[in-house]
Amino acid sequence: MPEGFRKYLSLCGNLGYWLVVAPFHGQFYRVPHIFAQIVRIGVQAVPMAALTTLTIGVVLAMQSAAQLEKLGAEVFVPGLISTSLVKELAPLVIAVIVIGRSGSAVTAELGTMKVSEEIDALEVMAIHPMSYLIVPRFLAMVIMMPVLTVFGIYVGLFGGWLISSSALDMSTAFYVSHALDYIGIKDIWIGILKSVIFGVLVVTIACNSGLNVRGGAEGVGQATTGSVVLSLLAVFVANAILTALFFF
Amino acid sequence: MGETRTTSQEAAAGSESGEPIIEVDSLVRRYGPQTVLDGISFRVYSGDTFVIMGGSGCGKSTVLRHLIGTEKPTGGKIRVFGEEITGMHDQNLTRIRRRFGMLFQSGALLQSLTVAENVALPLIEHTELDQNLVDTVVKMKLEQVGLTGHGHKKPSEISGGMKKRVALARALALDPPLVFSDEPTAGLDPVMTAVIDVLTQKLTRKIGATVVVVTHDMNSIFRIATRVIMLGTGQYQGKIVAEGTPDQIRSHSDPVVQQFIKGEAAGVKSSGDRSDPYREELLGID
Repeated sequence: MPEGFRKYLSLCGNLGYWLVVAPFHGQFYRVPHIFAQIVRIGVQAVPMAALTTLTIGVVLAMQSAAQLEKLGAEVFVPGLISTSLVKELAPLVIAVIVIGRSGSAVTAELGTMKVSEEIDALEVMAIHPMSYLIVPRFLAMVIMMPVLTVFGIYVGLFGGWLISSSALDMSTAFYVSHALDYIGIKDIWIGILKSVIFGVLVVTIACNSGLNVRGGAEGVGQATTGSVVLSLLAVFVANAILTALFFF
Repeated sequence: MGETRTTSQEAAAGSESGEPIIEVDSLVRRYGPQTVLDGISFRVYSGDTFVIMGGSGCGKSTVLRHLIGTEKPTGGKIRVFGEEITGMHDQNLTRIRRRFGMLFQSGALLQSLTVAENVALPLIEHTELDQNLVDTVVKMKLEQVGLTGHGHKKPSEISGGMKKRVALARALALDPPLVFSDEPTAGLDPVMTAVIDVLTQKLTRKIGATVVVVTHDMNSIFRIATRVIMLGTGQYQGKIVAEGTPDQIRSHSDPVVQQFIKGEAAGVKSSGDRSDPYREELLGID
């Protein structure tokens, strides 16, 4: 088994202990730290997530309208937008945004802490880095990824509505009812499940890369690049597997 | 070598008193084929300021990492406060670590916290003190190291010497009975070196702490140490070449020790004396 993958599994096992077992042994979650990370990982990603999903909604509406118009089937535009956003695009695009701005930041921060002996200092002060650093980041990511995804779905639908109502002369009521017709509650749950799984992948890969940095600034840079590339690959592969499992 | 070591060990044994806080027996550490520590043994007694000295790469920081339990040895035993820590589970190690403070070479202050929050961290984590009391203790600790009024600053906003003093205040926040210090004066000017030495000595004596210092700064060693071991390099890699009080080290007959104390470039351990084949190859002489 490759050394990196062994370390990743070890981190996941350790994380499992601190998430599930430790709270029953008096080691509770550090709630203020979780909120601080929710702000850094999630809330501060809102503007970028909004802009990205808005443009995707707009582009989807324009592209689908251009094609469906040839068949006289513009009525399907809202359904196409809502289906693509809920099932695929919102979870995926939000994951890419979070990898780019939050996953990389987690790796760089933890890597710098490792290099400057801050993580050793925590250990020697009898403060477990898992409990102090990793668990808050993990919970923040797992909470905020679905929140951002649902938010992204709304903003994307709004982008689609902008085009549909202005260029396609659809009424708001028509757009909303047709958008909702094509998605069931199961689809929404699967979209959210996808985003949770992506969140777990992104944060565990980011933390593992950060904690295993070797060398100085160069090591931090390499670990951050590696973390982003690996997270992107993991998310795209996981997305294909999940789509095959639930929708195929 | 063997004769001088025995003599120094016997002499040092004469000054030993009290319970051993740290007992190291036949500590071996190998990284792949390279042996960094080769069966070293020593005791640190209560109230000692015990200095581990030696040249770069001699393994003195490696010894320290083993003593604090962040590295596991290839062989040998380490007992801290009478408990064997080499095979110890994380949770038990955490319990032991609550009883010691550590001053890192770089200070290792958490950059995301202010100076005061750094000092408060061990108090918040390991005591039931309310916030007002924590604030009071932090103010006292910062005052002791001469940093009153700097509590609100981030570590990136203060100088290297100030960082070391904050790190000292943090290491002593819980008044630990054992303090480790890794190159406490590295990168500091002579005046700040003396300040850190005097502060460490004054504050640790006040709380009756035993101190283990890793350093290669001879001025520091003779200023603070009560007992010293010196680790060798080259052919003596990973072995203790001298052990005793600072005076015994100063008058040690081993040329390796004398070369280190005097800071001489030429001598027995110089790497500049290359063999003829090397010189011939380098200069292209046939």
